[in-house]
Amino acid sequence: MKVCFSSEGKSLDSQLDPRFGRCKYFIIVDTETNEFKVVENEGFVSEHGAGVSAANLVVDEGADIVITRNIGPNSMKILTSTKISIYEGQADTIKANLELLKQDKLNEIKEPKKSHFGLQNRWGR
Amino acid sequence: MKISVLSGKGGTGKTTVATNLAYYLSKKGKKVQYLDFDVEEPNGFIFLKPEIKNTFEVKVKVPQIDESSCTQCGLCAKKCNFNALAVTKNGVLVFEKICHSCGLCSLVCPVNAITETEREIGKIEIGYTNNLKAVRGVLNIGEPMGIPILKNLKKLITPDYINIIDSPPGSSCSVVHSVEGSDYGILVTEPTKFGLHDLEIAANVIRQLGVPFGVVINKSDENDYIIEEFCEKQGIDIIEKIPFDRSIAQKYSKGELLEDKSFIEVFENIFSKIMEVS
Repeated sequence: MKVCFSSEGKSLDSQLDPRFGRCKYFIIVDTETNEFKVVENEGFVSEHGAGVSAANLVVDEGADIVITRNIGPNSMKILTSTKISIYEGQADTIKANLELLKQDKLNEIKEPKKSHFGLQNRWGR
Repeated sequence: MKISVLSGKGGTGKTTVATNLAYYLSKKGKKVQYLDFDVEEPNGFIFLKPEIKNTFEVKVKVPQIDESSCTQCGLCAKKCNFNALAVTKNGVLVFEKICHSCGLCSLVCPVNAITETEREIGKIEIGYTNNLKAVRGVLNIGEPMGIPILKNLKKLITPDYINIIDSPPGSSCSVVHSVEGSDYGILVTEPTKFGLHDLEIAANVIRQLGVPFGVVINKSDENDYIIEEFCEKQGIDIIEKIPFDRSIAQKYSKGELLEDKSFIEVFENIFSKIMEVS
């Protein structure tokens, strides 16, 4: 199973980025082999549709689960129609969240945040 | 002739200047049309109260995917510059509000599964107040992009009229769209630090566009020196001052035009200064 985290850094000790569309990196952990891969998020610098771009990337990487904190309506639509489950991270680091997921302690995100949440609602009127 | 009224800052008095100038010129028997380019909040009609004769819908093109011929190759989503498309297990998703209607997706699709359909984003209204023609664009609530409406409004600018353009506030994309190609720009400002700050930005923008311009100080009071110093340094003309006056505020709040003699002089001066330059 491939678990994808929105991350601020490139290692398993990095902080979980609360944003999905505009997080800096995605860290994808294969739970069978315990190997992980770091992918730079193109949505981070995207002028338009950061969430769509980020979600496209996650779909291309073949993730089964996404762990983040806030996800917008567009990204959510793409992930759910690709049957990717989304969980809300509780701990600070990627590693700790992975542990919580294994213990089944994370909640699934069912509702998206307002769009442009990552821009501190400058546009989310 | 095309005269744009812009401000850099919202709430400065663009609409007051634009509507009253248009009304004054039409009263003098000139062939004038007022065009409200502030499509997000067009409020010029509140003052001019035109009788609306024509309404047009403004539509933009969005891709429509024929699911039966789509192979889900994902090329459309990869090539889209605006990330308006996504390929999922349930077919291709189109995010209409991100789409810029460029049509690239339908060109790159190897199996011709994409056609373009139309989506309404707002409308244009044309009306008359006596012999003054008044036009406005209205963007539907929740729509993020007003530029397609501005493009349609621009087509209504005709050289045999004096066209008074009421620009959107700020100095963004849509302001550039409404001001470019003008014969003159009236920069409305107020004598505050905020007014000055935004005036500096707006003056830079209009200079880049190569449009001759002058400043009107609205809500003029003892702080005018802030604007005056800046204009002198930059060699910008101050063409008129509108006093900070309770009676203007009262008329504005009731949605009335300033028809008093004292104000007619103000608009007379503005127009004659413009005629000198352009």
